[in-house]
Amino acid sequence: MAAVGPLARMARLGSSICRNHRLISNRKSQRRGIASCIDPSYGLTDEQKEFQKVAFDFAANEMAPHMAEWDQKEIFPVETMRKAAQLGFGGIYVQPDVGGSGLSRLDTSVIFEALSTGCVSTTAYISIHNMCAWMIDTFGNNEQREKFCPDLCLMEKFASYCLTEPGSGSDAASLLTTAQRKGDLYILNGSKAFISGGGDTDIYVVMCRTGGKGPKGISCLVVEKGTPGLSFGKKEKKVGWNSQPTRAVIFEDCAVPVINRLGEEGQGFGIAMKGLNGGRINIASCSLGAAHACVQLARDHLLVRKQFGETLSNNQFRLAEMATKLVASRLLVREAATALQDGRPDAVSLCSMAKLFVTDECFNICNQALQMHGGYGYLKDYAVQQFVRDIRVHQILEGTNEVMRMIISRNLLTEL
Amino acid sequence: MHSNRYCNRIIVLPFSVLLEIRVKPDNSGVVTDGVKHSMNPFCEIAVEEAVKLKEKKLIKEVVAVSCGPQQSQETIRTALAMGADRGIHVEVAGKDYETLGPLQVSKIMAALAKKEDAQLIILGKQAIDDDCNQTGQMTAALLDWPQGTFASEVSLDGDKVKVVREIDGGLETIKISTPAVLTADLRLNTPRYATLPNIMKAKKKKIANVKPADLGVDLTSRLEVLKVEEPPQRQAGVKVETVEDLVGKLKETGRI
Repeated sequence: MAAVGPLARMARLGSSICRNHRLISNRKSQRRGIASCIDPSYGLTDEQKEFQKVAFDFAANEMAPHMAEWDQKEIFPVETMRKAAQLGFGGIYVQPDVGGSGLSRLDTSVIFEALSTGCVSTTAYISIHNMCAWMIDTFGNNEQREKFCPDLCLMEKFASYCLTEPGSGSDAASLLTTAQRKGDLYILNGSKAFISGGGDTDIYVVMCRTGGKGPKGISCLVVEKGTPGLSFGKKEKKVGWNSQPTRAVIFEDCAVPVINRLGEEGQGFGIAMKGLNGGRINIASCSLGAAHACVQLARDHLLVRKQFGETLSNNQFRLAEMATKLVASRLLVREAATALQDGRPDAVSLCSMAKLFVTDECFNICNQALQMHGGYGYLKDYAVQQFVRDIRVHQILEGTNEVMRMIISRNLLTEL
Repeated sequence: MHSNRYCNRIIVLPFSVLLEIRVKPDNSGVVTDGVKHSMNPFCEIAVEEAVKLKEKKLIKEVVAVSCGPQQSQETIRTALAMGADRGIHVEVAGKDYETLGPLQVSKIMAALAKKEDAQLIILGKQAIDDDCNQTGQMTAALLDWPQGTFASEVSLDGDKVKVVREIDGGLETIKISTPAVLTADLRLNTPRYATLPNIMKAKKKKIANVKPADLGVDLTSRLEVLKVEEPPQRQAGVKVETVEDLVGKLKETGRI
């Protein structure tokens, strides 16, 4: 296929803004100058706009240029993530006394949305890392917080969230990994599946069974890499999310100190679910960023591509629909973030609704954007296909969209 | 070896520029309504240099000054988030803002420099929307201070500043006494990202509001913009077969 050059350049996020910016190649800000209806800074406070600006700049300068390479070579970009951590992105909603940035869930959503425009897969991993750091910060005692959180906030150490098993995905409470108490140790046996970062990360937040069946028998343990009995499966080959390794995590008589337990025995499932409420907002925010990037890519393409004697932009109801769904999604995520921050009674349902609606709609937006690129959209030279592949999994993990429906309907039907 | 008492205060002048240029339909100027602004890239470099000098403990305080309407405060906040200590917002709005040019800004800067007792003024070499490249030079002239423009390297040495300047012929190194005006060029440094904690700290830093009249500055413009138009559309070229044809065409269009 011909003419890859100029279209490829345009396919990078936003075109060069004015001639002088080409001189300033190390600080290309790739947002459009004209304020438009999908501008993600509307409705934010001045401070949030500053956070968003830093995140957008970081995404454009440090992530977007490498997004394709990280995907194709399956590189886990440790150095880039550490740079992000130095700006405070390692523990965004972790408390400052252990090195976090102490920001709100809404601030966090705004930041992940912006970072995602640079690379969804890497941002999604950063959000999982943040979720784990928050769980230790919130449910750990002071010794645990001081031991683990500072390194996590700086990303000196990386974290993984271990809930899913080969036999328990949506039915998470039926997990089988056991942790038998022996003096001041727990002996872990079992395996976890699809663990993001597994094998390359240092700290594993593991939900395991210390008691009887069901959610009340589950506890949460922090397991450090290098513990004898902890090993990993092969690196999975995935459709997307390739800048993070995914492996099974295997426990064979793995001895973990009891002092590594977060909270009391039997509280693990609750801790896991509370972590996921925030995780769902974060994942939805990542989908938002991808959709935003794709709407801009589609728009740029439509202004350039000519068929039947005119540019495609003369025919633009599809783009308007995509923009509308994008803004609707954004409003829902931000409201859910605010509800979670304020501890509102509807927070859990709203987080589920946001995750369900936004991951579905944004996937459709990105998919539609690919369609608008025609044949070029199918080439890996163009970023749009990577956004589509990367956010497809958001409809599946952190609770499938089917599980989201279960949570919402349970809330509806219990009230009656 | 050198005293760090000399350079107490630096003023930086970050200003915001339009992110996209479109000519107004009546050719009277450029569209500003609804266009996003952001800090001029050269000014980001200037702010970064000032903050670095403070981190090296060579100067005590960095003051960020911006002239313009309410939105200019955002630019000052960005400078504060990068490490400036406090800000001054010189309110210029409406018609005055449309005609605000380097001469007026340098008068404001000169007045402020005297009021704040600054030892160094650092600006970006030019704004990327109007490309004037005049404010730094005019400010130095009004204050009768030495200037180090197009700086790609700055070092303080007691009460002198060594500046390496990027000039057409290469690099020129000069030594000037403070107080002085410097303008930042592209290779002076790479501006830092503001960190989340610094953005939050910036909220507590003070921005003072000042009117040009308070500084005794007259904002009337000595220039009147007659017309703004886009560059002419590129015309297609013409292919010729022989050298004689080429010479003929050149003579025809009056080029030779």
